[in-house]
Amino acid sequence: MKTIIKAAILAAALGATLGAANAQQTRFGMAPEPYPPFASIDASGKWVGWEIEIMDAVCAEAKLDCVIVPTAWDGIIPALTTNKIDVIWNSMSITEERKKTIDFTDKVYNTPTAIIGPKGETFGAEPADLKGKIIGVQVSTTHSAYAKKHFTEAAEIKEYATQDEANQDLAAGRVDAVQADSNALDAFLKSEQGMACCDLKGHVKEDLEILGPGVGGGVRKDDTELKGKLNAALKAIRDNGKYAEVTAKYFDFDIYGE
Amino acid sequence: MLEALLDALRSQLVLLFMPAEFVVGVAQFLVTLWSFLVAVSNAFAAGLKSAPALLAPEPPGWGGNLLRGLMNSVYIAVGAYALGLAIGTAGAYGKLYGGPILRDLLEVYTTIVRGVPELILILLLYYAGGDLINRLLALLGQSPVDINGLVAGIAVLGIVQGAYSTEVLRGAILAIPQGQIEAARAFGMPPLLMMRRVTLPAMLPFAIPGLANLWLIATKDTALLAVVGSFSELTLETRQAAGATKAYFTFYLAAGGLYLALSLVSNVLIARIEAWSRRGMPAIAGGH
Amino acid sequence: MSASDTTIDRLARASLWWQPHRIGLIVVAAALAVAAAVFMRWDWLPNYLGLAVYGIWTTIWILVVTSVLGFALAVPLGFAQVAGPRWLAWPALWFCTTIRGTPLLLQLWLLYYGLGSLFPQFPEIRQSDLWPYLRQAWPYAVVALTFSYAAYEGEVMRGAFAGVARGQLEAGRAFGMSRMTVFRRIWLPQAARSALPTLAGETVWQLKATPLVATITVIDIYSVASRVRQDTFVVYEPLLLLAVVYLCLTGVIVALFRRLEARVPSRLG
Repeated sequence: MKTIIKAAILAAALGATLGAANAQQTRFGMAPEPYPPFASIDASGKWVGWEIEIMDAVCAEAKLDCVIVPTAWDGIIPALTTNKIDVIWNSMSITEERKKTIDFTDKVYNTPTAIIGPKGETFGAEPADLKGKIIGVQVSTTHSAYAKKHFTEAAEIKEYATQDEANQDLAAGRVDAVQADSNALDAFLKSEQGMACCDLKGHVKEDLEILGPGVGGGVRKDDTELKGKLNAALKAIRDNGKYAEVTAKYFDFDIYGE
Repeated sequence: MLEALLDALRSQLVLLFMPAEFVVGVAQFLVTLWSFLVAVSNAFAAGLKSAPALLAPEPPGWGGNLLRGLMNSVYIAVGAYALGLAIGTAGAYGKLYGGPILRDLLEVYTTIVRGVPELILILLLYYAGGDLINRLLALLGQSPVDINGLVAGIAVLGIVQGAYSTEVLRGAILAIPQGQIEAARAFGMPPLLMMRRVTLPAMLPFAIPGLANLWLIATKDTALLAVVGSFSELTLETRQAAGATKAYFTFYLAAGGLYLALSLVSNVLIARIEAWSRRGMPAIAGGH
Repeated sequence: MSASDTTIDRLARASLWWQPHRIGLIVVAAALAVAAAVFMRWDWLPNYLGLAVYGIWTTIWILVVTSVLGFALAVPLGFAQVAGPRWLAWPALWFCTTIRGTPLLLQLWLLYYGLGSLFPQFPEIRQSDLWPYLRQAWPYAVVALTFSYAAYEGEVMRGAFAGVARGQLEAGRAFGMSRMTVFRRIWLPQAARSALPTLAGETVWQLKATPLVATITVIDIYSVASRVRQDTFVVYEPLLLLAVVYLCLTGVIVALFRRLEARVPSRLG
């Protein structure tokens, strides 16, 4: 135990001298695996995507010094509550369940939930259509919660650590369908691999309680100051046209929703 | 899962009693297996063709990212190994010469680390460790520090390595002919000088095989940090590259090659160090 | 160990163990456990008990199956390196070096996602009889963990086979035993006997490697704990409980191997 304490103090000292980040920086947590068109890392190690540009716009508006901290999706809420990051900026839907643990900014965007499957098979997005199928979802998302509530009886649900791996297993034929955000799936369907294997089967029925009113930035409950700043900045970029400008680069419609 | 296996077995057993069908079944199975292997090697060949472009060191190739990841993995492994050795030396001395409470606490530490999967220790230490340090600092009235990236990786893996180092070094100190230590003590050597001049050099030949193995474990354990997702070491970089390009096979194979190269180079160095540490000693008889 | 000294021995060892400071330590540990039970969140526990039992079962069967298959593979791997012709010895050596020189996590991903990414190019794979198995995750987990156990234990078996005294093998041949009989009756039993003490450690390593299968969608006890973490957003409690579960499993493995070793006669010469 003493050794552990010693090591901890040593690590803390090291951390203070070497790795200490500027206290004024606001750390945005994002999963390092590709989630196009929202956030991914390109070959030169640069973050690209809609969410990144919106983050930059928000930070410029709120005069925050922002830095991206890559964090695995399945540990991103613990990372926020244990103070490893300050904001979850990773297409996280605002839900009542998550609100018990963390707080959210206002809506950043809201788009429907879709189901895709292999080409050459016809089925829809109703529980009856998915009878006996294996549905792939990303773990700990609104989609996995939705699938567990509506499709458990009809289908088998398989959870993946990243959306990319779920798509990959659909292409490999290990799952029969994938449920996720329609934009993320659209990007996959437009990729070379997606075009070859799969197409859109339909959009799932609305369930506000589970799918929530849209995506927001996650913040700690006691961090009202940061939440206020982010909300003001989000409103400002909606009003001054910056949001629309960024969105037009990626989508041919307004992904903000009503 | 098990049912599937049992069912498969049962159907095979049934086939046993029907020789003709059994032969056909086996033949079919072999044909399938063969076509599968052919398919894999075809894909392998196709992968080889596209590999140079994907693995080019400059973007849009991902080779540079992989090499950067390898560098980070080596940094983390070296740091964790050094921290582990420091903890291990202190731990070995504590276990051998410490008071009963210290000895028991060290026993608890080494038992827990050796009995719990590294993956879980990494998650626990990563989340709890930083949290605890910041709470301690808050108690002392200091501002919180941000321990991310390399330093956190080193600290987490170092604590895991420390437990194994403790055991290796403890065994090595016990393997020294104890007369040497008694003689040093009889000469009135101060403890630190004795450690530097007698104990450490004398135990080295006994410790090196175990320590070499620990170094290889350290390099491979860095891959586990990919599950936390905050360290850009080789496995995570590979996963990103594979996900972005969909060339999973090529990239995982390339990363495997890099890890293998690292451990082969390590093996050569280890053999040299071992020869050096045993200089002047008789060759081990009947070594395999 | 003779029969008479066992009870006395046990009592003596027990009195050695129960030193005063240990009672203090145990009180502290108990206090910590009680504090954890009282102050931490455990309300999620009843909801996940069924899943946890299923997860532990998966962990155990994967451990047992891959350890047994791995050992079965380790014997020829070790033997080929010691006594095999070069065209067998080299592949065996390279197999062991490659598996031991790369992280298991990477091997798992190469097998599952790497091979999986090749399937779409070859529709005939989906028509094959193997497809129902290739579709699931556990066969990949079993293969990767078996190879891993085989490579590490194969290295041990190599040393064990090489360590059996040549004279014994020659004596067997001189008695007119066939090569097969010498292997079966002399070489293998002695090598296995000298490799036995490493098996417990190797199996504990294997247990500690099993949670990696959760990353390829196999639902073992680790992945059940992850699910709890993700459903309830409780950070530490599931991990702590998980650590205790693995410690218990480690204890069981060590105890089982100790009994096994006690039953196999050994004579130090």
